[in-house]
Amino acid sequence: MKDNQWKIILAAALLMIASLAGAVEPIKVGSFLSVTGPASFLGDPELRTLQMAVDGINAKGGIKGRPLELIHYDTGGNAREALNFVKRLIQNDKVDIIVGGTTSGDSLAVIPEVEKAGIPFISLAGAVDIVEPVKKWVFKVAHTDRMAAAKIFEDLRKRGLTKVALITGDGGFDKSGREQLLKLAPTSGITFVADESYGNKDTDMTPQLTKIRSSDAQAIINFGFGQAPAIVTKNIKQLGINLPLYQSHGVASKTFIDLAGAAAEGVRLPAAALVVAEQLPDSDPQKPVLLAYRNQYEAKYGPVSTFGGHAYDGLMIAVAAMERADGADKAKVRDEIEKTRGFIGTAGVFNMSPTDHMGLNLDAFKMVEIHHGVWKIVE
Amino acid sequence: MPEQLLQFLVTGITVGSLYALVGLGFAIIYNASDVVNFAQGEFVMLGAMMAIALLSAGFPLPLAALLATLLTVLVGLLLERFAIEPAAGAPVVTTIIITIGAAILLRGVALLLWGKDFHPMPAFSGDAPIHLLGGSTLLPQSLWVMGVTVLLVALVRVFFNRTLLGKALLACSFNRSAAQLVGINVRVMLRLAYGLSAGLGALAGILIAPITFSSYEAGIMLGLKGFSAAIVGGIGNPMGAVAGGLLLGVLEALGAGLISSGYKDAIAFLFVLMVLFFEPTGLFGHKAAERV
Repeated sequence: MKDNQWKIILAAALLMIASLAGAVEPIKVGSFLSVTGPASFLGDPELRTLQMAVDGINAKGGIKGRPLELIHYDTGGNAREALNFVKRLIQNDKVDIIVGGTTSGDSLAVIPEVEKAGIPFISLAGAVDIVEPVKKWVFKVAHTDRMAAAKIFEDLRKRGLTKVALITGDGGFDKSGREQLLKLAPTSGITFVADESYGNKDTDMTPQLTKIRSSDAQAIINFGFGQAPAIVTKNIKQLGINLPLYQSHGVASKTFIDLAGAAAEGVRLPAAALVVAEQLPDSDPQKPVLLAYRNQYEAKYGPVSTFGGHAYDGLMIAVAAMERADGADKAKVRDEIEKTRGFIGTAGVFNMSPTDHMGLNLDAFKMVEIHHGVWKIVE
Repeated sequence: MPEQLLQFLVTGITVGSLYALVGLGFAIIYNASDVVNFAQGEFVMLGAMMAIALLSAGFPLPLAALLATLLTVLVGLLLERFAIEPAAGAPVVTTIIITIGAAILLRGVALLLWGKDFHPMPAFSGDAPIHLLGGSTLLPQSLWVMGVTVLLVALVRVFFNRTLLGKALLACSFNRSAAQLVGINVRVMLRLAYGLSAGLGALAGILIAPITFSSYEAGIMLGLKGFSAAIVGGIGNPMGAVAGGLLLGVLEALGAGLISSGYKDAIAFLFVLMVLFFEPTGLFGHKAAERV
């Protein structure tokens, strides 16, 4: 009886496959994201965005009549898993393009495989190393930590502050950010008078901040994401330190304001325009794109995050390239992605070139300040 | 330097009070059953998360704290009744593994109920720091943590030394069969131990949540630190656990401030190892005599 059941199911499955074969061949978009694990708050909105955008494109008839098919795997933030899934996407699922890689670790781990297979890969992660030096098949759409560092220094110079204390966590994002800050400081006329660290699961950073309090710092930079920067922000107020505090783009979400509460008042950070979309002047070409994405996402899932925006940018750049390449031929699509010019995404305006596989400049970041519990653009 | 030192001490004692309360929970259950309850950290998390949930449902703080504590006590009792009691007579190691399983289950339920995000909780009496001498500051919430810890520790002490019920519980820890022979209901005592530990854990969680936030995972590290506190103080000695917790907290703060913040946890755990090397029964533990 059991055997018979299986045969029927098998037959039905075969029939379905046969009927599909008759239809138009879909374009397969592969993705690997950290939907669970420590980076889930990045990967979760990314996956939702991809599903939403793919449905939207298919409802409009797909690319040149061919629908998109999204195939995704959850890496749980584990770089080794990421590599396995990318091999599977390339060899078993035979995808045409890969848009994914939530964390820098996941993205960096799969680059050799992607390069070997010769398949266009648009990474959603932050590290500069992903596209520097330029790799033939690898592109990225998220802001880099170096841009965040440069943007913070630019704002410090405007306020005439040069002596800065640094406090960072022990995660990959934190460490990479710290590296970029230290590297850029000499050329930007900034001196670091303190360089403290904490564990990302720590619940109290007052000892480190006490040391900063007794230094002659004029401002504090905290580079990290998750709950730790919120605790740092509260601890600073708690110790009665009245210095300007800069956070990174890693905390550009409503959660940070909710967690840090009143202590978040006056905190500045470089953020993607998405969080301040409605405050942009109407002449800003990004405004309609941002509002459209945000309204569509929020109608379906709730508060938007900049990370989901990266997935939107990645997929839309890929789609535009496939439209121009008139299909999913890997080499042609790669060339077209590289030719992306003036593409207006949620992260900024992309101008890619053979020497720049990201194509964002410093304008893509807005310096924002938390004012009465909401983001305000600082001019 | 002296003002820095004072700040490190304030931080250390606040965090240490918390470790002390968690360690106390470990000690009580260990006393009653020789079992290390690895779900103790989850009691702390549950207390905090339930209080936050009740607060956002509109309950006033005292009521939310009370209800959250009672609910956590209920969870502790259910855990004892449906997971620990059926395994009565099983080796201690089996029971410990059951508590690890329970911890994972509780974490999973919390994840489903409240998601992966961190949740904030408002401070009991405002966020304005109190200035001490030399520029050091103290949060009103730290005073709450220290004050309530002192109160709870005193109550636990009175309970064990002055009340019949407490003495009966203590009797179970010395010799279970003898306790049963003099008419103590060992089973009820065990439930009492779990309920008491759960309640203490929940209170610790509610006290600290305004300072550290809470999430479904918050209990793991707290549980480990509380366990270390209990070991340092000599497992099974409630007052030892309290001393161990305070010592651990102050050491961590001094380590982070004076040596390197990166080695904060390493310093704490190194201290635990040193204690175990030189005083295997803990700083305040009884010298165990092997019965033959």
